[in-house]
Amino acid sequence: MSVITVERIKLFSTRSPWWCMVIAAFLTVGFAALTTGFLNSTDEQQATIFITQPGAQLSQMVMMVMAALAVTTEYRFGTIRTSFQAVPQRAALLLGKTAVVAFLAGVIGLIASFGAWGIGSLFAGNADLAINTGAEWRLLAGQGLIFALSAVIAVAVGILIRQSAGAIAILILWPLLVENLVTLIPKVGDDLAKWAPFANGSSFLNQGQDFGLAGAGAGGSDFALGPWWALLYFAGWAAALLVIALFTASKRDA
Amino acid sequence: MIEAKGLTKRYGATVAVDNLSFEVKPGKVTGFLGPNGAGKSTTMRMILGLDTPTSGDVRIDGQRYRDLHQPLTKVGALLDAKWVHPNRSARSHLAWMAASNKLPKDSVDKVLEMVGLTTVANKRAGAYSLGMSQRLGIAGALLGDPEVLLFDEPVNGLDPEGIVWIRTFMHRLADEGRTVLVSSHLLSEMALTAEELIVIGRGRLIAQSTTQEFVDRASGTTVKVRTPQLDQLAGVLQQQQLVTRIEDVEDQGKVLFVEGDLSTDQVGEAAAAHGIVLHELTLQRGSLEQAFMQMTGDSVEYHAHDEVAAVTQLEAPTAAEVAAGPKEDN
Ligand SMILES: Nc1ncnc2c1ncn2[C@@H]1O[C@H](COP(=O)(O)OP(=O)(O)OP(=O)(O)O)[C@@H](O)[C@H]1O
Ligand SMILES: [Mg+2]
Repeated sequence: MSVITVERIKLFSTRSPWWCMVIAAFLTVGFAALTTGFLNSTDEQQATIFITQPGAQLSQMVMMVMAALAVTTEYRFGTIRTSFQAVPQRAALLLGKTAVVAFLAGVIGLIASFGAWGIGSLFAGNADLAINTGAEWRLLAGQGLIFALSAVIAVAVGILIRQSAGAIAILILWPLLVENLVTLIPKVGDDLAKWAPFANGSSFLNQGQDFGLAGAGAGGSDFALGPWWALLYFAGWAAALLVIALFTASKRDA
Repeated sequence: MIEAKGLTKRYGATVAVDNLSFEVKPGKVTGFLGPNGAGKSTTMRMILGLDTPTSGDVRIDGQRYRDLHQPLTKVGALLDAKWVHPNRSARSHLAWMAASNKLPKDSVDKVLEMVGLTTVANKRAGAYSLGMSQRLGIAGALLGDPEVLLFDEPVNGLDPEGIVWIRTFMHRLADEGRTVLVSSHLLSEMALTAEELIVIGRGRLIAQSTTQEFVDRASGTTVKVRTPQLDQLAGVLQQQQLVTRIEDVEDQGKVLFVEGDLSTDQVGEAAAAHGIVLHELTLQRGSLEQAFMQMTGDSVEYHAHDEVAAVTQLEAPTAAEVAAGPKEDN
């Protein structure tokens, strides 16, 4: 697949994606060190895998920024035109970019979650941090899927908005603010929040976890769908946005 | 061969390209000439399938660009030398382009060598001078060894050495039998570069002919006369239906110009017949730029009509002056 090679060369031949990846991986691991490194012995008993993962959402944001920039910088510097000139089958080219970016985001997601778990096990040696249940595996390995899917959403938003500041603002405000603020809308607010895409992404990770030290409601409790359906729902959003973006990019002037 | 039929592009209310039809043939450099805003870049973007025509179409050897597979092996283009990521090296830039069309591994080194960028190939492209960026753009265009080449104002902002380099390069490409389309807003530049011309103004075709034909047709001659009996001679010539114009020329006082395709004989005979003394009688050829402005004058988008008239009466600039002059704002 030449489009994969193309996008791989593009991504790795500038420095900022490297920085984003390093920062993303370190954020989760660093946060895990903070949440597990200073526990007194009673708290340490109560530590669970869940409390090693608080930095993951931040890392996910950083990877989304990287994914969006992979598109918007091409529009900013005009290389998107050179790209479409080299590969006029625009949807194929952009799919290649999506695949590369999503794959990398997934790998970083796994490094982040398992790295954080490793640091947690090291610092909170007396806690039971063994991965025994399916839910625990889902929390750690699932991070890779969530990172990858949110990168797909970021690429789609980047293609649609074409402009770094705008795309990044949307990608950060949407999961962090918009999805939380809708709960303030009377009557329908709670339902809207339950069906929001990123909320389902986290519900896939958090359902059935032992929140332990973090308290019973830490990972949310009001879920619209079971974990795997929630993942599918989140993936549906990513796919729909990507299809709209690819269609738009193929139609409009480069 | 590039073939455009009824090509039209509208951006909202602006008609950038208006029912344009032309052919670009292999084996020679074809100049694509028009004032700023005439629609040259828009046409080139449509040739490359980047912008979709509002109506009409353009084909390369019978195929639409967007239907081409591995198009870099068929068409190479330099539309804007700045279309490079400033933090990416020239080598990486060409490497991804080569990968996209499955070009052989050594093609990158080959074109770098060809344009003389080998020693700086690993530097970030953002640090390149304009001339180096232009060379990188040309390297990108040549990467797939294509039969058809498009260059949008390749000499813009280059120093004389760079201009000559590009001009020689174009000729070499055409001599190899390739189809070369080069746009410019300077006729003087095109007269040196192109054998064939496609002239547009306000998106419309003004002329398609050989450069020689266009220049001959466009640049009419003027007869310059100095005489102490200025008004009398003007009256005599006007009776013969000739167009005359009296101007103050520095150091020479009032001078009479007779317009239209005529010889000095006609003016001299008329003067003799009426016993008029002549101090000077010379044939003047219009400059290329004058001719160009006359032909595209009505179609220059951003000038008031009077301004165009005023400009055409200025002393003809030399080709070098024109080439070095700044690009007009648009
Ligand atoms: N993307 C666009 N959106 C709106 N208008 C456009 C767009 N591209 C070009 N135009 C308009 O179309 C007209 C033709 O522009 P174009 O850039 O093709 O001219 P040009 O002949 O290349 O001029 P120049 O010599 O200045 O490069 C201009 O009026 C320009 O403002
Ligand atoms: Mg232009």
